[in-house]
Amino acid sequence: MAVNLSTNIGKLKLQNPVMAASGTFGYAEEFKDFIELKKLGAIVTKTITMRPRPGSRPARTCETPAGMLNSIGLENPGIEVFLKEKLPFLAKIGIPIIVSIASEIENYEYALLCERLDKASGVDAVELNISCPNIKRLARQGFCSGEAKAEARREDLPLISQDPQATYELVSLARKATKKTLITKLSPNVTDIASIACAAEEAGSDAVSLINTLQAMAIDVKSRAPKIAMITGGLSGPAIRPIAIRMVYEVYKKVGIPIIGIGGIIDLFSALEFFIAGACAVSIGTANFINPKTTIEIIQGLKEYLKSNKIKDMKELIGSLAI
Amino acid sequence: MEAGAAIIARNARNDNKAGIAQCACPRKLQRCSDMLQVKSKIMFNKKIAPNCFHCVINAPGIARLAKPGQFVNIRVSDGITPLLRRPLSIHKVKAGNVGLLYEVLGQGTQILAKRKPGEYLDVIGPLGSGFTYQRPTASSERLILIAGGMGTAPLVFLAQRLTKRDVIASPERSEERSNLIKIALSQEETQAPRNDGMIRYSPLVLIGAKSRSHILCEKEFKDLGCQVKIATDNGSRGFKGYVSDLLESELSTVNSQLSTAPARRFRSVNSQLSTVNYELLTIYACGPRPMLEEISRISQEHNVSAQLSLEAHMACGIGACMGCAVRIKKNNGVEYRRVCKDGPVFAAQEIEWGIHGC
Repeated sequence: MAVNLSTNIGKLKLQNPVMAASGTFGYAEEFKDFIELKKLGAIVTKTITMRPRPGSRPARTCETPAGMLNSIGLENPGIEVFLKEKLPFLAKIGIPIIVSIASEIENYEYALLCERLDKASGVDAVELNISCPNIKRLARQGFCSGEAKAEARREDLPLISQDPQATYELVSLARKATKKTLITKLSPNVTDIASIACAAEEAGSDAVSLINTLQAMAIDVKSRAPKIAMITGGLSGPAIRPIAIRMVYEVYKKVGIPIIGIGGIIDLFSALEFFIAGACAVSIGTANFINPKTTIEIIQGLKEYLKSNKIKDMKELIGSLAI
Repeated sequence: MEAGAAIIARNARNDNKAGIAQCACPRKLQRCSDMLQVKSKIMFNKKIAPNCFHCVINAPGIARLAKPGQFVNIRVSDGITPLLRRPLSIHKVKAGNVGLLYEVLGQGTQILAKRKPGEYLDVIGPLGSGFTYQRPTASSERLILIAGGMGTAPLVFLAQRLTKRDVIASPERSEERSNLIKIALSQEETQAPRNDGMIRYSPLVLIGAKSRSHILCEKEFKDLGCQVKIATDNGSRGFKGYVSDLLESELSTVNSQLSTAPARRFRSVNSQLSTVNYELLTIYACGPRPMLEEISRISQEHNVSAQLSLEAHMACGIGACMGCAVRIKKNNGVEYRRVCKDGPVFAAQEIEWGIHGC
């Protein structure tokens, strides 16, 4: 029996609903030895910023029960080096490439980045990373030129994705700057994620992806020091899955745009939970570290699952929660 | 070419050889992937010293590709506890088997210590960039391996490769340098090339251990033909003190002659091409962070080239996540490298030690 795994998100046509999540897949080159990249639904790149970022002080990662903390700090080579050195390999794969972007200077740079990517061939969509818990946002007033000035003005501002109005403004600006498919990545470090999702939808986002990592901490009892240098970091892995599923369910009830489910998916069954809760696609992150073949195994598993349950089309699963 | 194309097509259908499907060069058929993910059978897994285990896995693909200084990333159990893989240096390679040496430090290694021969481990490797070395072509070259505690592990593999018999390539070695080293190391054995053109090469290995019962791999190094000197913290054997102190004492016997030698130019050890020319002495060190910092200081003071194998907490182990960062020296600004991909071996003068990263 032929089964249909394909799904559309904005202008993207995915052959299957399984993607590689931002920050866990680099720019795909490291994974070419393990899987056939062209079999994936899509790849979301590591987040790019306007200028190169060295990233946070080590130690950047530690293990937690069924999870891990990271404070990578958005280490990336900057948009120009990305376009010149990383994009060519990605573009050759033959599947939709979604470029994740972020800025420490909010709206202004998001728009610039969107414009730049709008003109770049090989880039099929943009994911707005307004929810990374590992970068400090700079003061709103004034354009900071130079690292030193930037250091001096650094404040602990809330993330854009923690405020519906800020989200609406940012997404509107990005929407004007690109005609390509726009995805907004949401933060779980909020009281009401559905309201943030609605704001993104109203502003014209083609889809929302949730969840980004949860702000968390771990302490080394012997030294009494935090296990990662930046003290707190983002929690990911199976430990966060129940929170992610709950949030997908809440957002599915409130928005009409496609939802990409992310959070501790490690196999077919964990992926299915997200589809049933309302996600039309899933993104695999931390699991890639444990088993680089996870994405492909889930795609294969989905095919077999649909066949053996006599389901002709993925769409029958989406939002099929029995309540 | 026809046959090559057919083999590529056949292998492309095999999921495990995904790397080949993307490779256009027919000559690279079996070796297209630099990194493999394989289920490897445990052949042996036993305690050999206080809290130290030796594990041998059957992994011919990894064994064939492995270079000294590289490591493997192991899934110690099938579930999500512990979540992440555990990286272990490749300790030895023989007949398709890969030997590993590890200490039980936490949850992951505790579980690994309980795995039995006949069981399988999901292993990714070989990973990392490895040591850069050339088998010495003159008896006047001297390589010093410095093993601190568990740091012994990758150095045995290095010693295996260094001491493999080989024909003298007969490059030109400057007479002056040759004489300097002969004078300096006159207490050491200098071996003349034999009539059959084969050279026996003897690296100097300095082993540092807490006490005599903690000494690792002394016999392995000696069986490979290395000259071994021991340092124990408590003096229960050999030199009393840290292995870095022992190094300093060894270098001081060479010092007066070496300091008149021309200054060494440093070349990046991250070069894939291994065409680095070694001068009189090169140090290869692996061990606890404080030891590496000391070796780094000493080697730079004496103007001796040194390669250090670092450790860092790893998430992906393959260079994708940027988690295992180590800070490198830079004139202005901050820059990091990945221990799992750009390392674990770095040149001593590259590392910015001020930032704690392990």
